[in-house]
Amino acid sequence: MRIVIGEGSCGIAAGAAKVRLAIEALLTEKEPFTLGSTGCIGMCYLEPIVDLYDGKTLLRRLVRVSPDDAEAIVNAARTGDLSLVDAITITAEDEEFLTKQTRIALRHCGVIDPTSLADYCDADGYKGLKKVLTTMTPEEVIEEIKISGLAGRGGAGFPTWFKWNAARQSAGEQKYLICNADEGDPGAFMDRAVIESDPHNLIEGMLIGAYAIGAKEMIVYVRAEYPLAIKHLEEAIRQAREANLLGENILGTGFSCDMRIKAGAGAFVCGEETALIESLEGKRGMPRLKPPFPAQKGYMDAPSNINNVETFANVSWIMQNGGAAFAAMGTENSKGTKVFALTGKIRKGGLVEIPMGKTLRDVIFGIGGGIKDGKQFKAVQMGGPSGGCIPAELLDTVIDYKALAATGAIMGSGGMVVMDEDTCMVGMAKFFLDFTALESCGKCVHCRIGTKRLQEILTRIVEGKGKDGDIELLEELCTAVKDGALCGLGQTAPNPVLTTIRYFRDEYEAHIYDKKCPTKECPALRTYTIIEDKCRGCTLCAKQCPAKAITGEVKRPHVINPDLCIRCDQCRKACKFGAIIMD
Amino acid sequence: MNQKKGPASNLALIEDVLAEYAGVPGSLITILQKAQDVYGYLPRDVMYHIANRVGVTPAEVVGVATFYSQFRLAPIGKYLIMSCQGTACHVNGSERVSAAVASYLGISHGQTTEDGLFTLEHVACLGCCSLAPVIMINGEAYGNLTPESAIAILKDIQAKEGASCAL
Repeated sequence: MRIVIGEGSCGIAAGAAKVRLAIEALLTEKEPFTLGSTGCIGMCYLEPIVDLYDGKTLLRRLVRVSPDDAEAIVNAARTGDLSLVDAITITAEDEEFLTKQTRIALRHCGVIDPTSLADYCDADGYKGLKKVLTTMTPEEVIEEIKISGLAGRGGAGFPTWFKWNAARQSAGEQKYLICNADEGDPGAFMDRAVIESDPHNLIEGMLIGAYAIGAKEMIVYVRAEYPLAIKHLEEAIRQAREANLLGENILGTGFSCDMRIKAGAGAFVCGEETALIESLEGKRGMPRLKPPFPAQKGYMDAPSNINNVETFANVSWIMQNGGAAFAAMGTENSKGTKVFALTGKIRKGGLVEIPMGKTLRDVIFGIGGGIKDGKQFKAVQMGGPSGGCIPAELLDTVIDYKALAATGAIMGSGGMVVMDEDTCMVGMAKFFLDFTALESCGKCVHCRIGTKRLQEILTRIVEGKGKDGDIELLEELCTAVKDGALCGLGQTAPNPVLTTIRYFRDEYEAHIYDKKCPTKECPALRTYTIIEDKCRGCTLCAKQCPAKAITGEVKRPHVINPDLCIRCDQCRKACKFGAIIMD
Repeated sequence: MNQKKGPASNLALIEDVLAEYAGVPGSLITILQKAQDVYGYLPRDVMYHIANRVGVTPAEVVGVATFYSQFRLAPIGKYLIMSCQGTACHVNGSERVSAAVASYLGISHGQTTEDGLFTLEHVACLGCCSLAPVIMINGEAYGNLTPESAIAILKDIQAKEGASCAL
């Protein structure tokens, strides 16, 4: 038997490292089982996860494991009596989180040991590369990708074959293949999961791309915030070099290509490909004017091709199974599967890979189990700060690049942040503009000043100082920023504002005209009052109040002075009699 | 750049880094990252020295150092608290957690406590979205926080360090 601990970043944050220590402490010299490690299976809400395997057969998946369970796990592995771990075994309902998915990009995640080349090869590792290098021309590879319909999974959804072909056609001895692993969208973490859990899959996908465009050098630009991903990728690169899967004359085929990692330094705009190239060159990550496109003049002025991690993660599968098998899934204009990071007010958060063409409802309710704490679904934010909010009435929208764009949101990198009835949509728009205004690189006026002005208007609305005409002003400014900005960051920054106005205009109006936040989330728009009949005059609220806004005699009803009240909510939380109401 | 002239830094500490990378085009960010690993932040004289060795102007080095959020221009405390500002954390109440931490320590984000124990930073998404809200202290992530549980973590650290709780 094998005990395998899920040790991706999420698992570790949830306590997997402590579970490992507890299990290791119980081990004796000779045990009838081995202890192994795997990456992220994507069921983040059940972490830490421990799997019991017999060979390749999964016997039991144990969830929400704590160090206290170590003894039961070790005893079960020693004796083979799996009833010892019944209490922490995954439920049939939770198993559906995985069985309802179709996994291609994530097919090895949480299954193999990411630090073992043997494990990867034992799965289907490097078979796609071997087939390509021994039986296919670069043109045939590009043609196969064209048949598959694979499109950029980083956000824009541009056809991958077209970019590869443009880079192949470009004249030049030195060409670069670059992987964008600067997963900047807050709420998206599938790229991190792939690199941490299946680094060789990325290397293999990139090698096939490099062969197709004729590159001898590959660079992965990865966020510095992902130390475990960098560690696993470094180790995988070392193993691949040793096995002659990287370097000179790969597998004796005459194809030579090497790979290196460049750690980003924290700038959202570096997800934009020309800004990423500037950053790779050691400069401030400010976007370039296009054309020339990177395929003509990219890194170090040489032809370069940039794809996202998830895009590469599909490539080896496509080469092994054929482009047609990939294209058989999905809709007319969106082929294959897409990974979504399901987070926010969702019951079952994690990574979900499904064929295109399913609906948002399938993902959020069918797999994610709906909203936490029995609340109502309100909206889902797709595509992070570049995307938009999609309301409940559009839950049956199919997952397809065009259908999602029609809602005003975007497919984006696959972040799906779910919001419930308690989330203020104006506050949400302000949150995203706070982010984009901060991350604007400052090169073009529309983005630099436009996002700042949008942020100021939204701030005054949530503070109760909104004016008649502000909604129209926001709309006008949004259009100007969209049309005038130089790069994708600015062009998409207004999306959260536009979609929240489009679907939740009444919330904006309530803030501006009634000076009320319907969700009561905006502190400046709350009022606190003490109900005389219920107040016993216990003085607890007055003692808690940091602003000394509550006065009254002992055993007599107290009162709140609204001019002094800072709306911190301390009094309401402190009151044992429910005498304080927030409105 | 709001940086006082501190005591002179020991420039020899990054000699190996400069020997390896100064001549390699496009390596400025890598050099700055490695320098920050050595000094904990980027002292002004170190940036001037790097500019000199790489053959660019100090303005270019400072321009890069101030562009990226990873680079710090002031020393940090023994414990670096990174408070995640991602969307999932926001939706799950990270603002209250961050405000509680700031008020407990008596600093705002970007600052260090007077005893040099804690630095509070706001960071972009840490990618632990299912555990939101999340803070990371010296590389270790703490999830599903409330204002109370976040402060309890800080108190544990203070107790371990024997610091006064009268902050």
